[in-house]
Amino acid sequence: MRQEPLLTMRGIEKSFPGVRALKDVDFTLRSGQIHALMGENGAGKSTLIKVLTGVYPRDGGDMAMEGTRIFPSSPRDAEKFGISTVYQEVNLIPHLTVAENICLGREDRAAGIIRWKKVRERARKALARLELDDGIDVEAQLSDCSIAVQQMVAIARALDIDAKVLILDEPTSSLDEAESDELFSIMARLKKRGMGIIFVTHFLDQVYRVSDAITVLRNGQLVGEYSAAELPRLELVARMMGKRAEEVKRLEKRAAVTTKSGRKTVISVRRLARKGSINPIDFDLNEGEVLGLAGLLGSGRSETAEVLFGVDAADAGEIEIDGRATKVDSPAKAMRLGFGMLTEDRKYSGIIPNLSIKENIILAMQAKLGPLKKIPPRQANEIADGFIKALDIRTPSREQLVKNLSGGNQQKVIIARWLAIHPRLLILDEPTRGIDVGTRAEIEELIRKLRDEGMSLLLISSELDEVVRNSQRVLVLRDRNKIAELAGEDISEQRILHTIAQ
Amino acid sequence: MTRIAAIAVFWTCLLAVLYLLRRQRNVAFWPLLALSAILLFNLFFTPHFYNLEMRGGHLYGVPIDIINHASKVAVLSLGMTLVIGAGGIDLSVGAVMAIAGATMAHLNIEAGMAPGYCILAALATGLLAGMWNGFLVAIMEIPPMVATIILMVSGRGVAQLITSGQIINFNNPVLNFIGNGFILIPFPFILTLVVFGVTYGVTRGTALGFMIEAVGDNEVAARRAGLSAKTIKFLVYVFAGLCAAVAGLVHTSNIRSADANNIGLYLELDAIMAVVIGGTAMTGGRLYLASSVIGAILIQALTTTMYAKDVSPVVAPVPKALVILAVCLLQSERVRRYLADRPNRAQGRGNE
Ligand SMILES: Nc1ncnc2c1ncn2[C@@H]1O[C@H](COP(=O)(O)OP(=O)(O)O)[C@@H](O)[C@H]1O
Ligand SMILES: [Mg+2]
Repeated sequence: MRQEPLLTMRGIEKSFPGVRALKDVDFTLRSGQIHALMGENGAGKSTLIKVLTGVYPRDGGDMAMEGTRIFPSSPRDAEKFGISTVYQEVNLIPHLTVAENICLGREDRAAGIIRWKKVRERARKALARLELDDGIDVEAQLSDCSIAVQQMVAIARALDIDAKVLILDEPTSSLDEAESDELFSIMARLKKRGMGIIFVTHFLDQVYRVSDAITVLRNGQLVGEYSAAELPRLELVARMMGKRAEEVKRLEKRAAVTTKSGRKTVISVRRLARKGSINPIDFDLNEGEVLGLAGLLGSGRSETAEVLFGVDAADAGEIEIDGRATKVDSPAKAMRLGFGMLTEDRKYSGIIPNLSIKENIILAMQAKLGPLKKIPPRQANEIADGFIKALDIRTPSREQLVKNLSGGNQQKVIIARWLAIHPRLLILDEPTRGIDVGTRAEIEELIRKLRDEGMSLLLISSELDEVVRNSQRVLVLRDRNKIAELAGEDISEQRILHTIAQ
Repeated sequence: MTRIAAIAVFWTCLLAVLYLLRRQRNVAFWPLLALSAILLFNLFFTPHFYNLEMRGGHLYGVPIDIINHASKVAVLSLGMTLVIGAGGIDLSVGAVMAIAGATMAHLNIEAGMAPGYCILAALATGLLAGMWNGFLVAIMEIPPMVATIILMVSGRGVAQLITSGQIINFNNPVLNFIGNGFILIPFPFILTLVVFGVTYGVTRGTALGFMIEAVGDNEVAARRAGLSAKTIKFLVYVFAGLCAAVAGLVHTSNIRSADANNIGLYLELDAIMAVVIGGTAMTGGRLYLASSVIGAILIQALTTTMYAKDVSPVVAPVPKALVILAVCLLQSERVRRYLADRPNRAQGRGNE
């Protein structure tokens, strides 16, 4: 007989105004199990975790740790029950040291005075249990450490409180491969000690690499719990999307190469450069074509896009549009020239969180019209409703605040913002980052459609296969230089990797 | 008898408005609720509070006094709402009031200029002061708190320079009218309504209000979407300066003398408080103009009630602070979420 579960959640219900985020969801975690929680954006994964950790009170249902019912009222309270969480945005305090962060709130005190030596000692011990003690200086300020180290510190904090359940919400999205590997080996070690781990990620590879069980959510409902070994990848994707397996296969297919030579050049970039950002670079952007930018992180992909869009003004070179040389020194200028840009960091430079979907969509259009030509409310409503329908933005109404949408839907809102000004060049910097498979496929479809309608697109993505699938030409960057330009049949992942490795 | 009927009609209207605001989850609900509570208190405990009288075509009474005296802060709070909505703050408005008042009095008495020109010149000083603040914040990128403290501290010195350190008394029918006149109701309150109308028209009749909200909520994203955050931030400070000049004229005219040390003293704090009570977030974002004006009236209603009840001025700030604190707490998303979830929590505990 199987052992009694570590954590059980039964019939969990949670509603937000206008959204039923969780409907009768069950979830079971056993000790020594790594359990992946999967689902499209907006499926309710984060909400389930927030209910579990007491960020939100539940509307209904039951939760029990080792058979005892629990009602956590805050993440701190959940820690008392042995539930520890590492959020996507590391929720530690950057100005404190590593040791302080590990022991925060539970410092050893004598007569009310914190005993720093004891605290550092304890922090070292917690790191030692992760076999990380020699790599990390407990007296370093946390903000000076890499994201990977910060995450390890968050995990060490979990160990320090003797957590039985560890929750990792998208832990690897900001880690490189080596760092992810390190994390996985730590997870394996914790699993051996009998810890139960809940793991949320968008990377299917990682799910199959580490998980024992997979629970799939869709639209706030439980689709099912599966053993990882018995659920083929395609099946998983299909269940997440509520689609049949054959459909999924079709979406993942490489776009047919439709480049015709002699397409009209819209924009020519000549010796464009900015000190400390990119070295002089040349390229053309053509009508009805997707130009991909490939390269390692830090090779100058985003920097190229930002200089082109005027976020950081170029200090040399020029941009030729319709045969006329122009300088682009601000996004406002770029917009007047017909450029649009979906930025890499949605939260930081994309959404206006406390404004509505409608307002977020008409923002660039209004900026282009200027303050005096206010878009009439009726027209604004029509534009917003049109895009909500066209891009299938999941929301009860156009008046919903953007901060309440899931990542994929926020991304669609920002794409709509740019489509509303009918740009001739649309720059997409990581359009599918942090987005579920289903929305990703929709965004790729959209890229193809816009291209076929004659728009010029510049696509940046860390996922090489995405660049390969969607681009007609690819610029390969290395160390802030363009090192190759591939076109048509030459575009393949191997070829690009080979070029970079040369 | 008619008075009782009038009071009944007034309360019916007030309750209807409250009900509607609540249903629409309008932020103005909370300050108006607090204001209603004060009015209710006065209904029972302050005799003559509701006595309105017509004398010589003017309306007199305690409520009229309240809106009259609230006008300065209400006008300030309108400019302040835009500044705070754009993610900034303006601590200099009290000092700018003094500069504008000093300018008006000096030009009238020392230079013998016609009142119309004195008023225009005073408004121009407010405009200049706002441009200075806007320059420091928007162009030089100095944090708003620091940038506007400069004028807050030095502004009264400037006003002293204008008046050569004297208190300038004046007695000109036009200038007197600004702070003391009546057109059925007190002229300062009419000015408030005009400034409100202008502010509303400028922000909602154009896309400026929307742009201010976007810049205040996420400046980086707003800039990436092609908004000129610099221009917008510059403009809100200019507007706040103009509002401060109007408030300064009212105050100076009201006491018929330019006292550089006392005109507008600490009123920047009341204005900020009115904005916060009104529900505009200190971190920027949504603008709630009418709600700010209600906030200003609430602050004045508290003060007046305290006078009426003979509360010693020494302890008066305490109950005032408590009411303001209560409204601010109710405006906070966190507290409201807690209150909304309380039934669930109680249920949860009960099951334990
Ligand atoms: N604080 C909130 N207020 C209103 N709606 C919310 C809130 N948080 C999440 N939602 C909604 O609940 C649903 C589930 O969201 P979430 O749990 O974040 O999804 P996931 O993490 O699976 O992407 C989405 O439709 C989202 O818009
Ligand atoms: Mg999530």
